[in-house]
Amino acid sequence: MTFDRRTFLGMGTAAVAALSAPAVLGQGKPRVIVVGGGAGGATAARYLAKDSNGAIDVRLIEPTRTYFTCFFSNLYIGGLKTVSDLGHTYGKLASDYGVNVVHDWVIGVDRDKKAVTLAGGATLAYDKLILSPGIDFVEGSVPGWGLAAQNAMPHAYKGGSQTELLKAQVMAMREGGTFVMVAPPNPYRCPPGPYERVSMVAHQFKAHNPKAKIVIVDPKEKYSKQALFEEGWQKYYGGMIERLGPDFGAEKVTVDPDEMTVDVDGEIIKADVCNVIPAQKAGRVAELAGVTDGDWAPVHPTDMSSRADPDIYVLGDACHQGDMPKSGFSANSQAKVCANAVRGALTGSKVFPAKFTNTCWSLIEENDGVKVGATYEATSDKIAKVDGFISHTGEDTALRKATYEESEGWYAGMTADMFG
Amino acid sequence: MMRAAISLAAAACMTQAAVASELGDVERGERLFAKCRSCHQVGEGAKNRTGPQLNNLFGRRAGTAEGYSFSKAFERAGSKGLEWHAETLDTYLENPKALVPGTRMTFAGFDAPQDRADVIAYLRGFSASPANYPGADPTARQTDHDVDPAILALEGDPEYGEYLSSECKTCHQTSGADKGIPPIVHLPRDTFVAAMHAYKDKARKHPVMNMLAGRLGNEEIAALAAYFATLED
Repeated sequence: MTFDRRTFLGMGTAAVAALSAPAVLGQGKPRVIVVGGGAGGATAARYLAKDSNGAIDVRLIEPTRTYFTCFFSNLYIGGLKTVSDLGHTYGKLASDYGVNVVHDWVIGVDRDKKAVTLAGGATLAYDKLILSPGIDFVEGSVPGWGLAAQNAMPHAYKGGSQTELLKAQVMAMREGGTFVMVAPPNPYRCPPGPYERVSMVAHQFKAHNPKAKIVIVDPKEKYSKQALFEEGWQKYYGGMIERLGPDFGAEKVTVDPDEMTVDVDGEIIKADVCNVIPAQKAGRVAELAGVTDGDWAPVHPTDMSSRADPDIYVLGDACHQGDMPKSGFSANSQAKVCANAVRGALTGSKVFPAKFTNTCWSLIEENDGVKVGATYEATSDKIAKVDGFISHTGEDTALRKATYEESEGWYAGMTADMFG
Repeated sequence: MMRAAISLAAAACMTQAAVASELGDVERGERLFAKCRSCHQVGEGAKNRTGPQLNNLFGRRAGTAEGYSFSKAFERAGSKGLEWHAETLDTYLENPKALVPGTRMTFAGFDAPQDRADVIAYLRGFSASPANYPGADPTARQTDHDVDPAILALEGDPEYGEYLSSECKTCHQTSGADKGIPPIVHLPRDTFVAAMHAYKDKARKHPVMNMLAGRLGNEEIAALAAYFATLED
């Protein structure tokens, strides 16, 4: 029973890339530009630089100097994390791995010349371009709401100042007031995220504003980890949380940020705090590069390359790939597959078959964590689910505490994997 | 095919009385410990000498015995998560310099698995709750790790292992830091392989690990073990 690499590699479609001649030789170092320094982009930049040992010129274009993770931001709202716990910088990517980190915006992508233009005026050429721009919001998806209204009705669905604003509003809400969340339609970033957020807001209200109400206006029939959340809400926050689904007309919702009202199919709810999480689409850079089809950027499941351009790759929330949920964990997993394929294409290094994983932990109440996860593989038309698991209702407190502690470990591991 | 339990009583010992050899013979261990006593004290009033005192060794992080000045190598091993219990001591006593390259301990090791089992049984008597031996953590024998010796003997490809390991590193930190998720960077190769197969076969239960190990083939687990072995100093 011996292992024959040739046989094994011969079975994977990715083997073709390993055996073919390097795409770029004798023209100086191959250049990779990574746009977006989040879970997908930072991971891809780090793995490319680390594994190529300087053979690839890696540039990471990211406007902000400090990245605030969207994952775990609900725990900040719940008072279990501080802002500084969520902030990470790019110093080690530069000093320890040789990534050239450029803090700027991409304002143009010229696919014919294979170059990106930055707001600062520079034009940078690439051999391979990796886009990991996260999400933007679909205009008009919640009539009455727009980016101009994001201070009155925060989305808090990108890490950073919006998260702080929403928490401040939650903490300052009048006694016995109403917190309304307009939940997004599928597909969107972090499927259990809105419901973990409700849990963390309820956790604050239980301590500081026990007569407060939470109303979720949800256009979806059902949602991620629903049974687990409902069990937990009943147990910890009995009577505080109400959810209006499509049977209450929740897909016909409009808001009035001036009046702070939410109109659910003709029924007016007066909100003291209103968290509007609109429908989502790929971050703007993907659209700018012309690799989107509808709201998202379709990719090949073997290497995350765009279906519109073989030299562009799209990672994370922005891509349309198949069964993986849009999550930081997914983006990180996709980035490693992509980095392996890009390095192989540029330097001739071995390319191994794609393997993907995702796990999402959610916190229902302090020390009561649950999780859902799955493994995925590349099939001819999509990234397809292989196997999965989910926490069970009725689990004992020790297991739930261990699950929460595991999520802390994951956060530490994940951010170390992204930022070094 | 014949199966061997991964334990102190490894393949070479299989013909001996299974239970006795697994638990180790304390009296024989005391006699064997004479080889150690010139440098290590154990028991009431034990003090650090050439080597650190060995009371309450079980569950202790390597390189942390109070008042003893350790080699850089040991400090590093400890900070990476090496902790003393039956499995790690067995590996260390077989070939100290293999587990902790750079250790100042000059002893070459006990070749016979039974010798190691006996010395470990003797030392266990000087740690807290000796009645637990070899029951509860941290001294528990991982008797659920039954692995076909042919699988253990597979030579993995470290480069493939490095690629596969990226999946592990999302949660398990390469620094060896332990925060809700245990470190895996300093695991002896056989322990790593056995643990992964235990997860794969669901003998050890953890939904994430069962799922991830479940889709790894024998060669892939060997590749991961080979890669993680290269991470040591």
